[in-house]
Amino acid sequence: MSEEDLVIDVRGLNKHFGDKHVVRDLALQVRRGEIFGFLGPNGSGKTTSIRMLCGLLTPDSGAGQCLGLDVLQDSSAIKRQVGYMTQRFSLWEDLTIRENLDFVGRMFGMADRRQAVDNTLRELGLLERQQQLAGTLSGGWKQRLALASCLLHRPRLLLLDEPTAGVDPKARRDFWEEIHRLSAAGITVLVSTHYMDEAERCHRLAYIADGELLASGTASEVVAAQQLFTWRITGPLLQGLAERLGQLPGVELVASFGTALHVSGQDSTLLQHSLSQALAGSELAMQQLEPSLEDAFIHLMHYRRRQPGATP
Amino acid sequence: MTRFSWQRWLGIMIKEFTQLRRDRLTFGMIVGIPVVQLMLFGFAINSDPKHMPTAVVMAEPGPFARDYLAAMQNSGYFDIAGSVDERQAERLLDMGEVQFVVTFPPGFQRDLLRGPPPVLLVQADATDPMALGGAISVLNHLGREVFAADLPGRSVPATPAVELRIQKRYNPEGITAYNVVPGLLGVILTMTMVLMTGLAMTRERERGTFENLLATPATAFEVMTGKIVPYILIGLLQVTLILLAARWVFGVPMLGSLVLLYGVVLLFICANLVLGITFSSLARNQLQAMQMTFFFFLPSMLLSGFMFPFRGMPAWAQDVGSLLPLTHFLILVRGILLKGNAITLLWPHVWPIVLFMLAVLAVGVKTFRKTLD
Repeated sequence: MSEEDLVIDVRGLNKHFGDKHVVRDLALQVRRGEIFGFLGPNGSGKTTSIRMLCGLLTPDSGAGQCLGLDVLQDSSAIKRQVGYMTQRFSLWEDLTIRENLDFVGRMFGMADRRQAVDNTLRELGLLERQQQLAGTLSGGWKQRLALASCLLHRPRLLLLDEPTAGVDPKARRDFWEEIHRLSAAGITVLVSTHYMDEAERCHRLAYIADGELLASGTASEVVAAQQLFTWRITGPLLQGLAERLGQLPGVELVASFGTALHVSGQDSTLLQHSLSQALAGSELAMQQLEPSLEDAFIHLMHYRRRQPGATP
Repeated sequence: MTRFSWQRWLGIMIKEFTQLRRDRLTFGMIVGIPVVQLMLFGFAINSDPKHMPTAVVMAEPGPFARDYLAAMQNSGYFDIAGSVDERQAERLLDMGEVQFVVTFPPGFQRDLLRGPPPVLLVQADATDPMALGGAISVLNHLGREVFAADLPGRSVPATPAVELRIQKRYNPEGITAYNVVPGLLGVILTMTMVLMTGLAMTRERERGTFENLLATPATAFEVMTGKIVPYILIGLLQVTLILLAARWVFGVPMLGSLVLLYGVVLLFICANLVLGITFSSLARNQLQAMQMTFFFFLPSMLLSGFMFPFRGMPAWAQDVGSLLPLTHFLILVRGILLKGNAITLLWPHVWPIVLFMLAVLAVGVKTFRKTLD
């Protein structure tokens, strides 16, 4: 992969808030035009990482480039080419949709502001509501406006921080269609999310916990890297079973679904042995599965919790 | 450092105006604060109060006593509430129902006509001593005048030992409004300007919109000055309202140049706005900004010479007061309005305001957080 194809290329980014080490030695490579998913539990440092990439926070140490510009030196030049969508709706609720976009357009010093605002309003279907105050919009429309405002100045990179939190499934689906359309048009997108279905819509992923990058790659690479084996257990009377299975040797995690349990572990032989013994003589059936992305992430989270600070 | 952009600057200004227009309560306060304060203070603060309730204890009613009471009533300082006995009078005074009790001794009329001069006892509620001065000097005066026609050859009871002669310059009738209304101009501007801008930046921070503003290329200087300009215009609007009321409601004389007055006002507004916006970038939330405002506002009220005569304060308090822009502004405004001073006389009070403003601006630009760190 050549240097020019990397839109984000940072190494060793660190950030402390007081005593708290929020981001540890973060290394991230995002390629031009791809949709890059950024995953991790709450408080894992996703937002801090994104803010460092767009110059809202200064890293304590580290180096790297964003759009070919130095993340430490050129933050104001980076800001001009990045569209940043905050986790919480952060446009002005007492301005109308159009006024908000007009303001953002002026902040970015756009010469063709009026034209650009009109186009953006049309493209995102906001034209009919342009005179509505932003504060009176529902979650889905707010999100659409927020996306519009970070697309207005035609950025080359979008940084979206949990853009679909609190948005209904239909609006989420429309939103992701829009993201894929933008990606096809050559815009690079880095998006943080909690949702597995959204993670699967990304070209590549990174998983971060406690400020540390634990896995990255395509969805199947991330799953494969965990070397996880998963069995699906179905049958009557599953209640209470999860806890019992969790104690067995070789079982690392048990996830309950409505009519099934997913039991996973890294030692295939031991896991299979324990399960067949436990289920012997019962009406329960077991069947091996490809581990899902969710299984992989839950495993990563447990792994992290059992070995705090395993890597510096 | 990004270069200053007029477009961005204009953008911030337009946004502030639009938001201000939508915020009915704030807009109402901008108009309401000067009007209400002016009415309250202009009419309420009066160091020469009149119509003070007065009770009378009269042992023997007679024509001379009635004449004396009528004269008191006519002076305007006393509202005679009625005749009571001594114990009731004591109680009324205790309760603060009356300000004065005037006791006519037994044999008042007889002694007045032929006897030793009768003693007229005046008991005053002196909890607010400033309130009494005018009324007591009137009483002294009455003692000499009332019976002059009825008792030509006789010296008059309760004649004061010294003759008082008071000369009041600039405000010969001692109309307090002449002093208070120009002072209010400064107090109202201090309060609204510092508070409004103090909230302007913390509001963005509290609502989370600050993060969005920071994600744009706008610079600290653009944001700060762009946010200030709308409030300058609002300040000038307030001043115009106050001056109109000063002229037409309170009849305050305006001897000096209006252009000079507005120039001084503009400087004072800018100093307060810069302070507000600096508070705003120091404070973490709107409550803190509000607290800082009041922390500044209280000494401004008390030590600037608005509330109490500046020359009556101890030296250290005068030193503190001299740092405050309001102190100098009061001298400037009273000088222009009441004395008709020209700029040459005013200059010593202009530069301290300029200095204050520059110092605060330096702190403000330095502490403006360009990142979320």
